[in-house]
Amino acid sequence: MELDTKPFGKMDINERQRISFPRGILGFEHIREYALLNASQWPFYWLQAIEVPDLAFILIDPKIFRADYTVDVDDNDFSEIFLNPGDTENMLVFAIVTIPEDQKKMSANLQGPVVINREKKIGKQFISINPLWKTRHYILEELSEKGGKGC
Amino acid sequence: MLILSRKLNESIIIGDDIELSVVDIKGDQVKIGINAPKTVKVFRKEVYDAIQEENRAAARSSIDTIPSLDDMLKK
Repeated sequence: MELDTKPFGKMDINERQRISFPRGILGFEHIREYALLNASQWPFYWLQAIEVPDLAFILIDPKIFRADYTVDVDDNDFSEIFLNPGDTENMLVFAIVTIPEDQKKMSANLQGPVVINREKKIGKQFISINPLWKTRHYILEELSEKGGKGC
Repeated sequence: MLILSRKLNESIIIGDDIELSVVDIKGDQVKIGINAPKTVKVFRKEVYDAIQEENRAAARSSIDTIPSLDDMLKK
């Protein structure tokens, strides 16, 4: 299908890229259909609202800068997206990225991870119960700390 | 909004299976105990608000060029 996107203008997407968020994204609850797109730069992705070309979120796999990241929610929560908590094969975990004008200060929201059931094409923004995860983790800072510790 | 007065150790029942009780009162702080089924999500409102606010900021991201992490780290 053809889609009007914020990053790329009009483009063709595969049906397999469509993801439903029955409860939307917090603050955007009424928008429920998205497409998952590769961004022009690894390791970013786009979550593009299907019906709102201007609305798109940048996503990142949080493990890229926080290898210890886990989605800390009650196991029951995963059933909302028909996912077994142990089913890592079908579980895609992303953090929403905020890029301010000074791009070096880009941050990722680890408190509200976006989890997608790859097989069922259904996603949800969870709220982490682990106080370690905040709404703003500065990606470059945490990456260089990781390098500094040599792990 | 429905407003009810409660004293220490008194509680409120919501629906069939949610109970809120006043567990402790100290100065301007009230401790509230919550008994609810696991499927009912309970969060401090600030947490909710912070995530909503961050999502709005994320949607306003400056994206003329998506940066390359590799390049940024080399600098």
